[in-house]
Amino acid sequence: MRFYEFEAKQLLKKHRIPLVQSELAQTADEAQKLAADIGGPVILKPQAIAPGVAAASMREASDPAGAKAAAAELLGLDDGGRKPNGILVEARPTGEAVYSLSFTYDGTSKRPVVAAADMAGKIDDLGDTHPERIVRRHFSSLYPFSDYIAKELAKSLALEGNDLKRMTRIVSGLARLFLDYDLADLDVTSLVKLGDGNFVVLDVEADLEIEARHRQRPMLDELGFAKEDLRQVREPTEFELEGARIDEEDPRGIISPIAEFDGNIGLVIGAGGGSLTLTDAVRKHGGRPANYAAIGGNPSVDKARRLTKLVLTKPGVDKIAVMSNVVSNTRADLVARGVIKGITELGFEPADKILIFRVPGAWEADAAKILKKYGVEYCDRTVSISEAARRAVEKVG
Amino acid sequence: MAMFIRVDVDNSIVEKTPGLAGKLVEVCPVKIFKLASKANAVEVVENNVDECTLCDLCTQASPQGVQVIKLYE
Repeated sequence: MRFYEFEAKQLLKKHRIPLVQSELAQTADEAQKLAADIGGPVILKPQAIAPGVAAASMREASDPAGAKAAAAELLGLDDGGRKPNGILVEARPTGEAVYSLSFTYDGTSKRPVVAAADMAGKIDDLGDTHPERIVRRHFSSLYPFSDYIAKELAKSLALEGNDLKRMTRIVSGLARLFLDYDLADLDVTSLVKLGDGNFVVLDVEADLEIEARHRQRPMLDELGFAKEDLRQVREPTEFELEGARIDEEDPRGIISPIAEFDGNIGLVIGAGGGSLTLTDAVRKHGGRPANYAAIGGNPSVDKARRLTKLVLTKPGVDKIAVMSNVVSNTRADLVARGVIKGITELGFEPADKILIFRVPGAWEADAAKILKKYGVEYCDRTVSISEAARRAVEKVG
Repeated sequence: MAMFIRVDVDNSIVEKTPGLAGKLVEVCPVKIFKLASKANAVEVVENNVDECTLCDLCTQASPQGVQVIKLYE
């Protein structure tokens, strides 16, 4: 869940990370007043969630009148169906040097990692353009963060003396914040060393691990985060809202998150990260998914039935592909029952509507018998995910 | 009407064991049984039958009184 930058900066402020002077304006007049208070040139940042909107829309203003005009324009931006949640008006100090820091999880080593570079930008992007400028240190998510890791990192950036001490304090503070708040990503894309030797954070992006939102409720309440606010990159569609309702009304297993796309292949997919892989595989073979779903945790027959009906009645969808990774606690036979039931309740023949049924794993023998009775071929794990997606794409034509 | 599973209950057998009806209601993880208006008997909740997980807890509780049949075999 993406934080607005002004929220991320509130967290940093609480952890005493030095920040550039910045205030949130809700109107163009407020932006003008804040710019006057700051004095000198300012940066105006629309507070947006949709990818790229905030970064692409930043404006510089040399005086308060310019700030007002820029804010008025930015407040009208489209942020995935919403308006920006205010404009961050910031001083833009010039510095002697600029750095960037990024905290995330390394999927390979399964540990948190901090990366730094002696230039501004997103570490992900810098990794492509200037890999030699990036230094990294892994740390533990189980033990308290140790300052020596931060110091090692800062030393790798060739910092010495007071610069080393100041950077160490900032990296340590950010690492503790990253761990304490269950963040999935924390990117300081611009950390400036000022003329007086102090460092200040200019630009920051932070994402909360979505599964941590209940545990982090006190912090979210403090920031004014509504319980139902999941910070989607756009407003949910009616299809997505109905999917969420189906999921919520029956506690057995999960079928979400569900996302709507404009393709023609309905997807009833999931299990152990299979949803992402399967969606990518369908695309790789030239298919156009009509939706994303994520079945898991052994959903009830009824839940699978309702999901099937939801996907199959989506405009533009004529057939569905039922595919998953190898299931363990989710039962292939219960998914098969739900899918068949959903299709027959809509008055269709399962064999006419199922492009492929590839749900290998628990109770697959029963799943195969159920499908056979309805004239649908069952694919076990000898059919790879890629091959299953290829067959589905080929059949839909 | 269930499409995949049929659950047959012989209440004449269930009635003979005190508490068995309540036990059937209790053990089923998907609420296929409910107490009947008649004492010591159960009714099958038809809407829930296709949710049967084939766990066999009901047939273990009453091997003669309950039968679970897979309609796809």
